[in-house]
Amino acid sequence: MGSTITEKILARAAGRAEVHAGDIIEAQVDLALANDITAPLAIAEFEKAGFTKVFDPARIALVPDHFAPNKDIKAAGQSKKMREFARKHEIVNYFEVGRVGIEHVLLPDMGLVAPGDVVVGADSHTCTYGAVAAFSTGMGSTDFAAAMAWGRVWLRVPESIKLVYSGRPQPWVTGKDLILHTIGLIGVDGALYQAMELAGEAIEGLSMDERFTMCNMAIEAGGKNGIVGFDEKTTQYLQSRPEGSRARTAGKVFASDPEAEYARVLEIDASAVPLTVSRPHLPSNAAAAADLADVTIDQVVIGSCTNGRLEDLRQAASILRGKKVHPDVRVIILPGTQEVCLDAIADGTMQALIEAGCAFSTPTCGACLGGHMGVLAEGERAVATTNRNFVGRMGHPGSEVYLASPYVAAASAVAGHIATPEAVGAGKGGSR
Amino acid sequence: MIFEGTVHKYGRDVDTDVIIPARHLNTSDPQELASHAMEDIDAGFVERVQPGDIIVAHENFGCGSSREHAPVAIKHSGVSVVVAASFARIFYRNAINTGLPIVVCPEAAREAQAGDRLRVDLAAGTVENLTQGKTYDAEAFPPFMQELIDRGGLLPYVKAQLAEGSRS
Repeated sequence: MGSTITEKILARAAGRAEVHAGDIIEAQVDLALANDITAPLAIAEFEKAGFTKVFDPARIALVPDHFAPNKDIKAAGQSKKMREFARKHEIVNYFEVGRVGIEHVLLPDMGLVAPGDVVVGADSHTCTYGAVAAFSTGMGSTDFAAAMAWGRVWLRVPESIKLVYSGRPQPWVTGKDLILHTIGLIGVDGALYQAMELAGEAIEGLSMDERFTMCNMAIEAGGKNGIVGFDEKTTQYLQSRPEGSRARTAGKVFASDPEAEYARVLEIDASAVPLTVSRPHLPSNAAAAADLADVTIDQVVIGSCTNGRLEDLRQAASILRGKKVHPDVRVIILPGTQEVCLDAIADGTMQALIEAGCAFSTPTCGACLGGHMGVLAEGERAVATTNRNFVGRMGHPGSEVYLASPYVAAASAVAGHIATPEAVGAGKGGSR
Repeated sequence: MIFEGTVHKYGRDVDTDVIIPARHLNTSDPQELASHAMEDIDAGFVERVQPGDIIVAHENFGCGSSREHAPVAIKHSGVSVVVAASFARIFYRNAINTGLPIVVCPEAAREAQAGDRLRVDLAAGTVENLTQGKTYDAEAFPPFMQELIDRGGLLPYVKAQLAEGSRS
């Protein structure tokens, strides 16, 4: 009986020769993370339970990215709790405002995740790191508190579903379109409790940034983790992390066996996937962007843990360069990290976006979850490169969010309604 | 444990953003969170809910964000138990970890109507709809989950594991 990559990683972490779907295991944690919303609850539980020390101060990351820079007095209090805990326990990977980024862009970029690692985070989008062939999954605050104390986590080994993407995507079609399309096919609980293994020539052709985007949204199909096999692109990404980092010095490469068992194998023709937009109020409400030209918009958000990497901003800038944001639209850019900002300055991306009329935010989750820095009023409508369009997600429960790629979001910003790059006269191209 | 209460009924894919909107996540205080429970799906919920009441929903209850504030808000609003056709993965863990009783029972979830009286017997694994005069068998928890519940949640379990580790 063969094993999937997810089973192999979990077997390693559980210290067993093999594990299979349905097994309950205790796995060693390579990295545990939380943010300024989830950490304070975890710290309270940690202290209430009487724990006095963390299992390893170098394997915990505390990231004030949601409501930081502090949006109000209460949020400041939450951040303060986390900061004081980080100091007391000498947490190595605490990132203060000014150095902080959006956790799921920052942590892999800092080289904190290696292939074959087990990463658990008190944030649902922790599934992002499957892009580097690691197992990573989101949990709650109490689970994080337990992981901090114990250095282990209980897990039910998930069944895997294999999504095989054949063909070459059309121009402008990105990993974001592929994942929105996929969630449209299988539904918001289509991968409930399961691993989503992404494979096929179209995935091999994706950049690392796009692979992060796709794994990031596994949770939107109910998945436990998303994962992509290790290849030359993974190596290149890992080797360009900071010298001496875990990404460059640790890890173990696993691959699914040909005879591994899958709960389901789904073949998707990537060449037939259109520029895709998910309409309110579920990520599974996928539609072709070209069919939504009558949807006028008030705001565009480009960035977040889903699409806040350099390539995403470059794609947006390639549409907006030399154009102006529509007078009735405001565009907010949520870059993933300070490093992304610096790179976007160096290559002219930031200048093009600012000249087009976009506002640059500090790296924060803020607008994505209706926290701050871009909250929607009643009746307002946004196109966002973020990950969720639930009722009230970006503000008033009477507002609406349409999820899209950076190309479509930028084109929509110019048009004032949902638009494709072609519709705003963008030249030939796209990422392929 | 046996709970009896009035049903508040919801559909499928009730996400944690509507259970407790992010605008209220600048606090960890259970009572404050509870005062906004279900705010964006049912604005009148906190006024209507009585101690012991029961939330009933279709598939994928608690999808979306990992915020543990969601089960905390529900629990401290007075709700005794949530009955659903299925739960999203993280919410399921969080409910057990925070001591919010949950029951998977697709048939009971489908047939219960808002305002029905329900009686949930966790030990017997049954959901009784007193209004409709029907009894349903709930799905049993896997043995490991039941052990966690019996030990009073995850942290007591972890404490026991750590104590054992330091002895050996």
